[in-house]
Amino acid sequence: MPIRKVMKANEAAAWAAKLAKPKVIAAFPITPSTLVPEKISEFVADGELDAEFIKVESEHSAISACVGASAAGVRTFTATASQGLALMHEILFIAAGMRLPIVIAVGNRALSAPINIWNDWQDTISERDTGWLQFYAENNQEALDLILIAFKVAEDERVLLPAMVGFDAFILTHTVEPVEIPDQELVDEFLGEYMPKHAYLDPAKPITQGALGFPAHYMEARYGVWEANENAKKVIDEVFAEFEKKFGRKYQKIEEYRTEDADIIFVTMGSLAGTLKEYVDMLREKGVKVGAAKITVYRPFPTEEVRELAKKTKVLALLEKNVTFSVGGALFQDFSRALVNESEKPKIVDFILGLGGRDVTFKDLDEALAIAQKALTGEEFEEVNWIGLRKEIL
Amino acid sequence: MAVRKPPITTREYWAPGHAACAGCGCAAALRLATKAFSEAMEEKYGDPNAFAIAQATGCMEVVSAVFPYTAWKAPWIHVAFENAAAVASGVEAAWKKVGRKGKILAIGGDGGTADIGMQALSGMLERWHNVVYLMYDNEAYMNTGIQRSSSTPYGAWTTTSPPGKLSIGEDKPKKWVALIAAAHQIPYVATASVANPYDFIKKMKKAAKVDGPAFVQVQCTCVPGWRAPPEKSIEITRLAIETGVWPLFEIENGDFHNIKIQAPGGGAKVKREGGRIVAIEFKKPIEEYLKLQGRFKHLFKQPEAIDIMREQIKAMWKVLGVDVILPKPEE
Repeated sequence: MPIRKVMKANEAAAWAAKLAKPKVIAAFPITPSTLVPEKISEFVADGELDAEFIKVESEHSAISACVGASAAGVRTFTATASQGLALMHEILFIAAGMRLPIVIAVGNRALSAPINIWNDWQDTISERDTGWLQFYAENNQEALDLILIAFKVAEDERVLLPAMVGFDAFILTHTVEPVEIPDQELVDEFLGEYMPKHAYLDPAKPITQGALGFPAHYMEARYGVWEANENAKKVIDEVFAEFEKKFGRKYQKIEEYRTEDADIIFVTMGSLAGTLKEYVDMLREKGVKVGAAKITVYRPFPTEEVRELAKKTKVLALLEKNVTFSVGGALFQDFSRALVNESEKPKIVDFILGLGGRDVTFKDLDEALAIAQKALTGEEFEEVNWIGLRKEIL
Repeated sequence: MAVRKPPITTREYWAPGHAACAGCGCAAALRLATKAFSEAMEEKYGDPNAFAIAQATGCMEVVSAVFPYTAWKAPWIHVAFENAAAVASGVEAAWKKVGRKGKILAIGGDGGTADIGMQALSGMLERWHNVVYLMYDNEAYMNTGIQRSSSTPYGAWTTTSPPGKLSIGEDKPKKWVALIAAAHQIPYVATASVANPYDFIKKMKKAAKVDGPAFVQVQCTCVPGWRAPPEKSIEITRLAIETGVWPLFEIENGDFHNIKIQAPGGGAKVKREGGRIVAIEFKKPIEEYLKLQGRFKHLFKQPEAIDIMREQIKAMWKVLGVDVILPKPEE
């Protein structure tokens, strides 16, 4: 029987790692995800997780050691955030290019400067072009579940890509919630033992990994990563379905909430989705026709689902805790691209908010709603809007 | 007719067909190193193939693994420039966990070891991974076209340490990487040379057989980088030993009071105390080493620079606990 425990998302991530039984974990402490390797090292120290835990000297070496271990053919896991993920950046491309299904738990945190340990999504969003799959958790249960799902998708032979699972700094990493810990036997059935066919360092069958790719081959290798991302879309749906069947919790690439006959659909990711659902409930009680949508899978980007979502509304209002300077949020670019050639499409309004751990309140969402309503009624509106700015200190 | 047993296995792991230059000292070093490793694995585990290689980006990586070809007959992985030691850590941990017997060989050039890979190297040594790290030291970034590294010797021309009106060439002494490695108190550290293959093989085998981390730094020529004729590679590296430029030694368990210095040959007079070498009077001046290489050509117009080099070499030997006399060439 599954057990329920009250725990932080960091602990949930560590529990997910324990259940997935990676053979090598390499990690370096960084706020706010430090508790993940701490908890894992306890599991290892107590003999509850039979793994090598490498206490590396940096995140660069953490991911490098994971690449080495994964290339040697074993399941590997690490956790990081913010500057730590940025320090891994170079090797993230390599892990994807070498098609190694490593999983990273990321406590989504802002990037310097100014140095800031609190939540936004700039760290993982900045790694969106590395080829990694990206999942975002709304709560601690999702953090646990999505890590198990990430392993399953990443290791699928049609995919073979690394995956990162993001959960918001402090809002989730350090907040306790009840979390259901699945049965080990069921997880074992779900994940199976990882047996790579493409990557291993076996003296009985020596292969060369990480060779130099000349112009004659480089593009094909990169296309392989593209194709694997495309394949992952179907595989993710299958794995979500299997997960639901086994564990009873339903996941979708885009989760919709009260989107029926909505004039405005707010779209967001991560823990903000929880706030947003309450906000939508409040507005619906007042008769305002709004809905919410949560992006659970950001890479591969759920283009088809976005197109379906767009058919249901007149305005898509994107709430984003990240910035691409001079352009807007990342979702704004992705949604624009998904809809650019559609004949009928809603207006898209972008909101940048909650950076560096700034609270997102109903008052902020009211501000966003007012701008979205301008778009709805055909008034002029700004495409990109910074919400909750303290203009008095600018 | 009696056939003599070859001094080292005929098994090849670094196969012909790689793209290194004719006369490349480092290619010779890797071939010998992997052969020695194989012998050690056979003796230790009964399996000559019980090893895997993690290699840093660099000339020896680029010339050996051009997709879809490979010169490697051992399991081999390249990830990036600065992380061979960290990748090797991961491979070693995985092997340990799946119960695979054997040892990991990490390979990096001087740039990938002494500079950008120093942190990962230190981490790997300090964590006591069962890995031998081989630094092939051709004394500059040769893969990218001969730029100075912290292992480039004083006075050397490189494309980023050009001699000029205000410059003597590289103006800093060579970093003592083997001593940095030894400071981790690891079981085994050695310096070696391609000019002394038996010694190099012996040290690689010793390194491969210890339990825990080991570090071997082998000096080897780069034909274009040293501006030297390909057929002189071994002669030049031998002169480095015989003139005192490149000391050969071993340090076990970080015991700096018991550094095993080797006699340099070349007619050098060696003074021992209790079996330990305490003084060496070299007979061949360092000019004999320098003059065969275009990278030091400009120094001969400024003999005071060669004197500075002599002082630096003396200082290095002093750290190793040896007083040396370095002769000047006869006028």
